[in-house]
Amino acid sequence: MSRVLPYPLLTASLIVMWMMLNAFSLGHFLLGAVVAILAGRAMAALQPSKPKLRRWQLIPFLIGIVLLDILRSNIAVASIILQGRRRERVAGFVAIPLDLRDRTGLAVLACIVTSTPGTAWIEYGADSGVLLIHVLDLVDEEAWVTLIKTRYEAMLMEIFE
Amino acid sequence: MSAAILVWSITIAQAMLVIAMACYTYRLARGPRAQDRVLCLDAMYVCAMLLVLTMGIRTGSSLYFEAALAIATIGFVSSIALAKFLMRGEVIE
Amino acid sequence: MMHAEMLPAWAALLTALLVLIGAGLTLFGAIGTLRFATFFERVHAPTLGTSWGTGAIVLGSIVCFSVLGSRLVVHEILIGVFITVTTPVTLMLLARAVLYRDRTEGNAGVPARLASRREQQGRTEAEDGDGDAR
Repeated sequence: MSRVLPYPLLTASLIVMWMMLNAFSLGHFLLGAVVAILAGRAMAALQPSKPKLRRWQLIPFLIGIVLLDILRSNIAVASIILQGRRRERVAGFVAIPLDLRDRTGLAVLACIVTSTPGTAWIEYGADSGVLLIHVLDLVDEEAWVTLIKTRYEAMLMEIFE
Repeated sequence: MSAAILVWSITIAQAMLVIAMACYTYRLARGPRAQDRVLCLDAMYVCAMLLVLTMGIRTGSSLYFEAALAIATIGFVSSIALAKFLMRGEVIE
Repeated sequence: MMHAEMLPAWAALLTALLVLIGAGLTLFGAIGTLRFATFFERVHAPTLGTSWGTGAIVLGSIVCFSVLGSRLVVHEILIGVFITVTTPVTLMLLARAVLYRDRTEGNAGVPARLASRREQQGRTEAEDGDGDAR
């Protein structure tokens, strides 16, 4: 099993992608499976670190929260842009000490933070575990630290660690 | 009736996307530094991809989807290469 | 526009609304890049277009083609997934490059380096961490 399918999740998602691009039929399933298994073995040759999913049930929940948050900050940033210079606004950097160490978890957190308008991932110090983000509308630094830590980091640690 | 709604809304949407591309072009020309230009190029390929997608809805042909996917892929790779170039001045380290 | 005549009114309205929202958000993002004064503020503006700007137009396309073909057409989701995964990678790499450039030139308004101790090792490890996202 592990020799033929070193990365079952990758293989499965490649098959789904193949069938989405072509058609949902038996022939395309078989063709996609051949391509996906070969791609999985090619990936094994690269020897990436294998992510461990501990509680995958939480993933749909996380995706829902993130989509809603992105929608909310879309509206917030759009209103900032429309208001222009009429309102006093301070942009700045916030340093957040992270407890999350899992690489996949950090990668997912980076995607969440950067794709949310209003926050951008700038730098992460791997030895100190301090993350630097840039916030467009900085009112309260503490609020941002607790938001990132309680809303996303806690859930990512449950999923990946 | 539904055709009129669709045609008008898509025409307006395409106009908005073109204006957005014009804004990015202005920022691209003005700079002030190389990173602003790379950011604008990155945003412009997303706009172009969305424009192709709206063309697809307008004509009802799914061929435009493939074109949009190709634009997204190539745009991603080129922005990565440009950002990497800014870091050290060399694409491959 | 033969295909549009076959679309029921509710689907046409929904598609029109989603496409207009998406294009509007993208336009706001573009205006934002013109208005903001510094680069780190401008980084935030295009994410309007790449998050729900793209999302709304992709959803509109899904609604339109699903109703037309009277079956669920979901391949447009691939574009949405691709854009959500790739944009953060590009922006993060760009932000790091700008940070590096500003620090070497000694510009004001940039925070000092986080990892002073074992900094070389820390930097290479952080770069490996980015590799997972790609």
